[in-house]
Amino acid sequence: MSSKPLLQIRNLQKYFVVERNFFGKPTAILKAVDDVSFDIHKGEAFGLVGESGCGKSTIGKMIVDIYSPTSGSIIFDGKDLASLNKAERRKYCKDIQLIFQDPYASLNPRMTVGEIISEPIRINKLLPSNEIENRVSYLLNCVGLASNYRNRYAHEFSGGQRQRIGIARALALNPTFIVCDEPVSALDVSVQAQVVNLLDDLKKEFSLTYLFIAHGLNVIKHISDRVGVMYLGKMMEIANKKELYQNPLNPYTQALMSAIPNIDLSVKKERIRLEGDVPSPINPPKGCRFCTRCFKVFEGCDVEQPPLAEEKAGHYVACRLFNK
Amino acid sequence: MLLEVKNLKTEFSTKRGVVTAVNNVSFGLDKGEILAIVGESGSGKSVTSLSIMGLLQKPGKVSNGEIVFKGEDLLKRSVSELQKIRGDQISMIFQEPMTSLNPVYRVKTQLLESINIHTNLSKEDALKKVVESLRLVGIPSPEKRMDNYPHQMSGGMRQRVMIAMALSCHPEILIADEPTTALDVTIQAQILDLLYDLRQKLGMAVLLITHDLGVVAEAADRVAVMYCGRIVEEAMVKDLFSTPRHPYTIGLLQSIPKLNEDRERLYMIKGMVPDPLKMPKGCSFSDRCEHCMEKCKEKIPSLMQVENQRVRCFLYGDGVEEE
Repeated sequence: MSSKPLLQIRNLQKYFVVERNFFGKPTAILKAVDDVSFDIHKGEAFGLVGESGCGKSTIGKMIVDIYSPTSGSIIFDGKDLASLNKAERRKYCKDIQLIFQDPYASLNPRMTVGEIISEPIRINKLLPSNEIENRVSYLLNCVGLASNYRNRYAHEFSGGQRQRIGIARALALNPTFIVCDEPVSALDVSVQAQVVNLLDDLKKEFSLTYLFIAHGLNVIKHISDRVGVMYLGKMMEIANKKELYQNPLNPYTQALMSAIPNIDLSVKKERIRLEGDVPSPINPPKGCRFCTRCFKVFEGCDVEQPPLAEEKAGHYVACRLFNK
Repeated sequence: MLLEVKNLKTEFSTKRGVVTAVNNVSFGLDKGEILAIVGESGSGKSVTSLSIMGLLQKPGKVSNGEIVFKGEDLLKRSVSELQKIRGDQISMIFQEPMTSLNPVYRVKTQLLESINIHTNLSKEDALKKVVESLRLVGIPSPEKRMDNYPHQMSGGMRQRVMIAMALSCHPEILIADEPTTALDVTIQAQILDLLYDLRQKLGMAVLLITHDLGVVAEAADRVAVMYCGRIVEEAMVKDLFSTPRHPYTIGLLQSIPKLNEDRERLYMIKGMVPDPLKMPKGCSFSDRCEHCMEKCKEKIPSLMQVENQRVRCFLYGDGVEEE
């Protein structure tokens, strides 16, 4: 992992204007992502975890160029996304693909599976039309489906199979980077394991790099190499997964880990119970975003958001308990 | 036994044939107990709870069995008699706190509705009751919050309102259908704690329907695992997690990534849930099972007692289910 990072996120911000006054001036701004920076190296799976509204999906959407950032930069393979011209941007979009959360909503019900998977190939004129069929069969086999499924429609498949179709579509353009936005959270446990294993296999086979977005900490732990924890638009902690799960530093990470229901009844752990709800991102608390619910809060936490700083080698944390 | 479900069979007749969503399901619920029914989508856990409440939509129909509540069969009751029981002695909370509250009424109006139907309290007393039940579920400053509309509350708050509504008439049984599925983990932990506390305080029985084995481990006393409309294993929670016996339960437990161990690959149960119209002739898990024998493909095993557990598998005996 000493290599140059494939994707660099620098001071990324995304603000949404929720309300304007009579003169069109913004009166309420939702800070979905607020000053987030991290790197993803080639061949790595980076997990992004947090509760709803923390901005993890917004980051994913900015990377695939669905949203444009309010400020900050996304640097892929040494080039800044904002500086690309039209042709370069097309090339960029080919390299970065997205797998969606809901396999029921992300496949067009009026298209056959073959059409769904070949659509990106046809749009980008990647292959002559007589080779498309072979390519589709190959992609279907890659994700563990029979190639004669090509002529069926999406509604004929179960949730797990649909997610496989979505994965095949994402692979169609030979991407180098895939953003997986909660790819297994809509699936049943037994199917979840199948899809997680498939994603793992494909990563090795096609030497892919993943940004894996999820709210389930145990799935993230299984698939990622490094994990970033987000809360209300801020990155709270980034570390190697082993380090993060054994030695979480930020109180929010600690609380998140202890809130996961444990199926191993022999391990009794101390629970950290958080009071109250996640505050609204339109009016986030002053100072550290987590200070209203933090169980280790002390004087001064509500003054300024602590920056993300390196506490140990490769372990970054944004908390006043550490970086002084 | 407060509630006893005996040989419940619920069917849906569709154009393509009859789907048996719940097949020969029997279990009991004791006073003050939390029983979890766990299973994947399509396993019949929600249909079981709707059958108990008498809330099945057409074309669903209970075709066989008894649901005995305090010595009387609920299935023999008329609609108006059931309405007196529902919300009063048995109440239910649903998965989606966003969609199960009415967006155009204030929270207090919605809470007053069930109180007015089931009690003869004066207006003032009824309002006091609303405040009291909102306080019980941990909503801060309930006097103010009861004037809110649902959209002014967060998901966790709304689920608390749903619980307050279900508890307003002190039911003896609370049926909670996936109460935490739509919520974040830290909020889920709060709601599970709340259910646990309320059970201690009010002594009511809870039937917890969930797909999440983690929630079961966290909250329940006893658990029934369902697969394709049948209970395949029933045990005390600690027994189920220490010695799971049915191959499906074992597979399910192994396929969850664990926080305290590292594994290269996750265990997978091969294949997928069979089409409800094309069920295997024998055990419904037979074509996905690693221990499948000849017998499994021909006959359906009965729920057999193995020590403290009940298991539906030929690995533990020869009992055959009678049709």
